[in-house]
Amino acid sequence: MAAAVTTRASDSAPLFVISQGCFAYRVANVLQDIDLDLAPGRFYGLIGPNGSGKTTLLDLLTATRSLQSGQISFQGHELEGYSKQELARNIALVPQQFTMGFDFTVAELVLMGRHPHIPRFSNPSVRDLELVEHAMEVMQIETLRHRLITDLSGGEKQRVVVARALAQDTEVLVLDEATSNLDIHHTIKIMHVIRKLVHEEGRTVIAAIHDLNLAAAFCDQLMVLKDGRLFSVGTVQETLTSGLIAEVFQVEAEVQAATVNLPLRLHYTLS
Amino acid sequence: MLPKPLLILILLGLFLAAAIILATGMGFLVITPLEVLHILGAKVSGTAVGAEINSAFPFVIMDVRLPRILTAAIVGGGLAVAGAVFQAILLNPLADPYTLGVSSGAAFGASLALVLGILGITVPVLVSVPLFAFLGAIATLAAVFALAAPDGRLSSNTLILSGVIVAAILSAGIGFIKYLADEQVGVIIFWLMGSFVGRTWSDVALTAIFVLPGLLVMLYFGRDLNIMALGGRTADTLGVDSRRVKKILLVGASLITAICVSVSGIIGFVGLIVPHLLRLLLGPDNRLLLPACFLGGAILLLTADTITRAWLPSELPIGVLTALIGGPFFCYIFRKKQLGQR
Repeated sequence: MAAAVTTRASDSAPLFVISQGCFAYRVANVLQDIDLDLAPGRFYGLIGPNGSGKTTLLDLLTATRSLQSGQISFQGHELEGYSKQELARNIALVPQQFTMGFDFTVAELVLMGRHPHIPRFSNPSVRDLELVEHAMEVMQIETLRHRLITDLSGGEKQRVVVARALAQDTEVLVLDEATSNLDIHHTIKIMHVIRKLVHEEGRTVIAAIHDLNLAAAFCDQLMVLKDGRLFSVGTVQETLTSGLIAEVFQVEAEVQAATVNLPLRLHYTLS
Repeated sequence: MLPKPLLILILLGLFLAAAIILATGMGFLVITPLEVLHILGAKVSGTAVGAEINSAFPFVIMDVRLPRILTAAIVGGGLAVAGAVFQAILLNPLADPYTLGVSSGAAFGASLALVLGILGITVPVLVSVPLFAFLGAIATLAAVFALAAPDGRLSSNTLILSGVIVAAILSAGIGFIKYLADEQVGVIIFWLMGSFVGRTWSDVALTAIFVLPGLLVMLYFGRDLNIMALGGRTADTLGVDSRRVKKILLVGASLITAICVSVSGIIGFVGLIVPHLLRLLLGPDNRLLLPACFLGGAILLLTADTITRAWLPSELPIGVLTALIGGPFFCYIFRKKQLGQR
C-alpha cells in the first residue's frame, strides 16, 4: 500500500484548510466560524457532545455537504473544484451505520472500494485485486470472503466496511464513529491498524470518536467541537484537561497523565 | 469458454427466442414452430412463402400475433428493468412501477390525453398518449416521494404505502374520467386492466424505441447502482454522484414505465417478481441483473399473455392475471422483509 506516497504533498504544507466555515440546516446553524488547518501524516480525533456538529464537519471534509459560507481547501486547491472521482481517490469514509439490503459477498463489497480507481466497463486489475486481498487480510476477514454481507454479525460487517475503505487506498481516511458498535477487542484492533496507516505509511486519519479514553490512546491531535464551534485544537495533553471536560461535556473528570506504557486516562466522577 | 454472466444472458436470450416462436404458433389456428420459422424466414429474406403452408398463416403471424407477442415481450422486459432500477435506487425490495403508483400515474395521464380529444384539442394520439403518460408518471413519483418523506429521507414501508394510496386515488380518477367522458372513451377501462389485444407494429416500434435505449442507459450506470447500495453518503465518497445518477435513473425508469403503460395499460407486479427471482438466482450485481431482468420479464409477460390468449376459453385481461400471481408474491416478500428486520 505504498502507491499513495507519490501523491503525497510535502509535510510542511497543510492538507486541509478551513477558513470561516459555516453550515446551517433549515432551522439552526450547525457549524459556525470554523478555522482549521490539518497537516498530513497525523491521526486527528474529533470529539464533542452529541449534536455538536461532528458528523457535519466530516461531511464537509469529504465534500458530501458544502459550506454555506467560507472556504475549504484540500492539498492547496478548493475542495469544490475536485471531481467526485478525484476526491474518492484521495479521501475514504468509514461510516458508523451500515445497512445493506442486497446479497453482495464480502469480497464483492471490499472490491467496491476500488470503484474510483477502475474505469467504467473495465475489469479490476491485478493490483486492484491485490489491494482487496491485502485489506481483507489486515482486517482478518479473508475467511468470510464468500459469505453474504447480509448474513454477518454487526462486528463482522463493520470490519468489512473498514476493509472496503482500506482497499480504496487513499491519502486520507475519515472515520465517523467507526468503532462505536464494536466490542473492545475489535475496536482496539481496528484502531491499531488505523494508527499504523498514519505512523508507518504517512497517511492522514480524521476520526470522530465518542470514547475519550480511546481518542487519548490513539490520536495525535484532538479537535474539540462544542455547539458548532471549534472549542479547542491541540495535542491530547493540551486538550483533555479537567476544565475542558467540565465545560464541553458537563462531566467531572480526573485526568491521569500518560506514562511510558499507558496513555492519558480520564476517570469520570459519577454524581 | 465464455464467462458465466454472458452464458446466462445467452441462455435467457435463446429461451426468449424459443418462447416467441412457440407462442406465435399457439392460438385458435395452431401453427407448428417449423412453419413459423419458415414464414419468418421467407418474410425476412423477401421470398415467397411455400405453397404447402396454409395461405392464411402468414397474415395471422405477421399482422395479428407477432406484433402482440413482441409488444408483450418488450413491455415485460421494460417493466422488469424499471422495477429492478427502482429497487436498487430506493434500496427497497418492494418497489416496482405498480407499487410506487407510477403505472397508475401513467395510466391517468394517458386517459387525460384521450379526454383532450373530446374537449376539441387535437393532438395526434400517438404522441399525446405516451407524452401524457410520462408526465403523469413523473408527477406521481414526485407526489409519492413528497408524501412519504417530507424531509427527503425515504423509509421503505411508508414509500410503498404512499405509492399504493396514490395509485388508489388515481385509479378512481381514471374511473371518473371514464364516467365524465361516458361511451366516447370506453377504451379508458383498458388502462385499468391491462391488455395486449389488438397491438400493432407501431406499438412494437414505440416500445422498442424507448425501452431498448433505456436499458442501455441503465446498464451504463450498472456499477454505480451497485455502489449506491452502500447508501448515498458512502457512494459519494466512492466517486459516484449519487444524486445525479438517482435523478437520471428515476426519470429513465418512469419513462420506460410510461411507454409500457401507454401501449398495454396497468400490468402490475412484473417489475417486482422478475428482479426478485433473478436476484436470488444470479446475485445482486446490476450489470448482469438488468439485462437478465429484461429477458426474464419478456419471457414472463409473453408467457402470461399467451396463456390468456391461447389457453383460457375466453380472454382474461393480463393485468388481472399478473395481479393474481403477483399479489400473493408481494405478500411473501413483505412478510420475509418484516421478519428480516427483527
